[in-house]
Amino acid sequence: MKQEDKTLIQDICARFNRDRTRMMDVLIEAQRALGYLSSDVIDAIAEALAIARVEVESAASFYAFFSQKPRGKFVIRLCNDIIDKLKGVDRVASALREQLGIDFGQTTDDDLFSLEWTSCIGMCDQAPAALINDKIVTRLSSDSIREIVRSLKEHGDFSKLKLALGSGNNSHPLVRSVVDNNLLQRGAVIFAPSEPSQALGKALAMSPTEVIRSIKTSRLRGRGGAGFPTGMKWEFARNATGDARYVLCNADEGEPGTFKDRVILTEAADLMFEGMTIAGYAIGSEQGILYLRGEYAYLRAFLEDVLAQRRSKGLLGDNVGGKAGFNFDIRIQLGAGAYICGEETALISSCEGLRGDPKTRPPFPAQKGYLDMPSIVNNVETFCCVTRILDKGAGWFAAIGTTGSAGTKLFSVSGDCERPGVYELAFGVTLAELLKIVGAEDAIAVQVGGASGRMVNPSEYGKKLCFDELATGGSIMVFGPGRDVIKVARAFMEFFCEESCGYCTPCRVGNRLLKQGLERFIRGMAEPSDIEYLEQLGKTVKTMSRCGLGQTSANPVLSTLQSFRSEYERRVVKNTSGLQPSFDIVKALRDSETIVKRKSVHVGH
Amino acid sequence: MSATIHFTIDGVEVTGKAGQTILQAASEAGIYIPRLCAHKDLTPHGSCRVCTVMVNGRPQAACTQPVSDGAIVENETAEIKELRRNLVEMLFVEGNHYCMFCEKSGNCELQALAYRLGIQAPRYPYFFPQRALDATHPDIFIDHNRCILCGRCVRASKELDGKNVFQFIGRGAHKRVGFNAPDGLGHTDAAVSDRFVSICPVGAILKKRVGYAIPVGQRLFDKRPIGSEIEARRAKGK
Ligand SMILES: Cc1cc2nc3c(=O)[nH]c(=O)nc-3n(C[C@H](O)[C@H](O)[C@H](O)COP(=O)(O)O)c2cc1C
Ligand code: SF4
Ligand code: FES
Repeated sequence: MKQEDKTLIQDICARFNRDRTRMMDVLIEAQRALGYLSSDVIDAIAEALAIARVEVESAASFYAFFSQKPRGKFVIRLCNDIIDKLKGVDRVASALREQLGIDFGQTTDDDLFSLEWTSCIGMCDQAPAALINDKIVTRLSSDSIREIVRSLKEHGDFSKLKLALGSGNNSHPLVRSVVDNNLLQRGAVIFAPSEPSQALGKALAMSPTEVIRSIKTSRLRGRGGAGFPTGMKWEFARNATGDARYVLCNADEGEPGTFKDRVILTEAADLMFEGMTIAGYAIGSEQGILYLRGEYAYLRAFLEDVLAQRRSKGLLGDNVGGKAGFNFDIRIQLGAGAYICGEETALISSCEGLRGDPKTRPPFPAQKGYLDMPSIVNNVETFCCVTRILDKGAGWFAAIGTTGSAGTKLFSVSGDCERPGVYELAFGVTLAELLKIVGAEDAIAVQVGGASGRMVNPSEYGKKLCFDELATGGSIMVFGPGRDVIKVARAFMEFFCEESCGYCTPCRVGNRLLKQGLERFIRGMAEPSDIEYLEQLGKTVKTMSRCGLGQTSANPVLSTLQSFRSEYERRVVKNTSGLQPSFDIVKALRDSETIVKRKSVHVGH
Repeated sequence: MSATIHFTIDGVEVTGKAGQTILQAASEAGIYIPRLCAHKDLTPHGSCRVCTVMVNGRPQAACTQPVSDGAIVENETAEIKELRRNLVEMLFVEGNHYCMFCEKSGNCELQALAYRLGIQAPRYPYFFPQRALDATHPDIFIDHNRCILCGRCVRASKELDGKNVFQFIGRGAHKRVGFNAPDGLGHTDAAVSDRFVSICPVGAILKKRVGYAIPVGQRLFDKRPIGSEIEARRAKGK
């Protein structure tokens, strides 16, 4: 390794105080500077941080965006989410393969381009979309991607591409992105006009316990999916013992079909940061962390600027808002491509510079979270609600929505509908009403809650969107006439196979088996007993898995088996020949021919 | 003084100490809960999930779940046994487990657990993965084919040997045990006298030049099913 590269690594590590818990930042910076994380780079980082090299490799090998092999100057990561598939990503992929002369997972000989697939990047309302390094391109067609590649080959500069900038702050000088907000309905809470810093001022005039009581009275429940009462979570953390406390904001937004947090980050970041600051005051914390998914790195400079402005206004730092003794600041922790890091304990692992493995519970984060200190993790939207509750009052908030689900909810709607985008509606709106608003009354199926949610058939469209009926962290994916729900379920299982951390057996192995099982139905090789086989397998993964990923990953299979059972039954092959339908004799022959390196004589067929 | 905790496992009254896990308390009481990644000398890992029990109706890993007063724990119900069988079968199809000629056969915890759970052959399709063998160390073989990712070696090296020879590398289906040297175990400070060498539940870590030292019929689980040493405690009235 060149001495200058080694010095560079040492400098990077020094910038993060040679603190191994800042491993994510070290790896991100090292890769940015040197292109990839070679074995030498891993050694140099290990040396500079004074830890075993295998610890560095362990973390580096976990995240999809880190590479231990050389890659092209431009890494094109095409989103393979189901919605992108519906919108023609395969044509974009073919155009790329053809133009670059490489397949996915490969790099061009001139070291200019690498092609990769990636899981949902939060752009389903403008699919097909891709990441080019950390910039986003959307609404791709085979023509537009060809033009992008052609230009990049010509001048090698992403910023010179002639791309129309998106709406709102997407055109901000620090963002300059083609992404559109598609914020199609503003509601009373998140996207209503509000006076900045009012809420913080009111909170600081109260005691921390009064703030928590107010959140409890508002009946706010977490917006990240699980719906845990926010006030109760804060109270646990406040009452737990520890030398420090932490406020973590979950902006990992990895659930397929969710993109509402991206719109908050772009248009209402102050509302979120204010909520985090209020949380800091309430639980007695001095440090907040915004965990920003790697896919949203294009928003980082902008968000850093929002934080800097808050600091200069005295809204972060020492004696926040003029409150003597209340010191609070926020840093941004960037992720690097791992859906599991949205799970709160995996998010904490990642913030600590480790593999994004979920942690063993108990202890829960409120008792022992980030750096083993009491911590709260809340969703982006939850923190925004907090700000509005402190401003407008708990009663005002509780009066919106339903009894069990107070307030509004942001819905990210995508798929076969006329108006995909973000809608802020009061909890309790029925799915049918939402489908009408977005122009999707002919939907044959709706996936509510993302890949980990459930597939709903038209008989349930009358149900309310809220925690007690149809719960969702925001994702609503619409499937119109002619779509095949089993293929949709398979796409979700592919997602889970890709994103399982691999820690526990049922999730690591069971999801692959579930995917294979669906494959049999799609390829017409399923036997009648395969329906029960899938049910048993799904139950095993759901019951035995260690964290929320595995506990919900069988849902695409289990919920389609429930709501679209006839789709499965119709594909079952009745065994009349005495042969096992799942045994693919043609493939078996092909395999053996490859092994023995000669063709067999085909009789019959 | 740690407080005494009273709870039941399959209706049997068990006492544990505050801070103990269900698995520890059960073992002391002579009740066997199947396990693969847990080991009495190591911190719990909670990855294999075969120790899953129902605690007040909810599935929990017994090796990580603390005992709690009045808890109703179910261990040997037909449902749980079936779910555990499924997990063990998953481990068999995920790797390449050639019991018929593996020198760990008879001393292997995975194999023994399969027998105890009554598994004849896995009902899942085999993955037949291509996995590597590492023979770079003069005294130790590592065969990733047989590894079940229990993490015992990782923890043993850190907690018992005071080294850091192993960590997990990769994610999901690509997860494997990695060594603290790019060119293999032989380039780490691993020694044949380290505790990790004998702590692997399967035949993924083997001493060289030992081979089939103990004849078939005299190996650990040839004589008694896995778990009987724990159950013997209960028979003796503890
Ligand atoms: C696999 C998995 C992924 C998750 N991803 C996210 C996410 O991207 N954003 C989020 O807010 N919560 C996510 N969650 C839920 C978090 O674990 C946690 O419940 C949430 O951040 C708590 O915040 P809330 O109470 O404000 O909803 C995920 C959970 C699981 C199991
Ligand atoms: S090598 Fe053995 S001890 Fe280590 S993880 Fe694999 S099965 Fe467990
Ligand atoms: S023994 Fe408890 S999860 Fe493995």
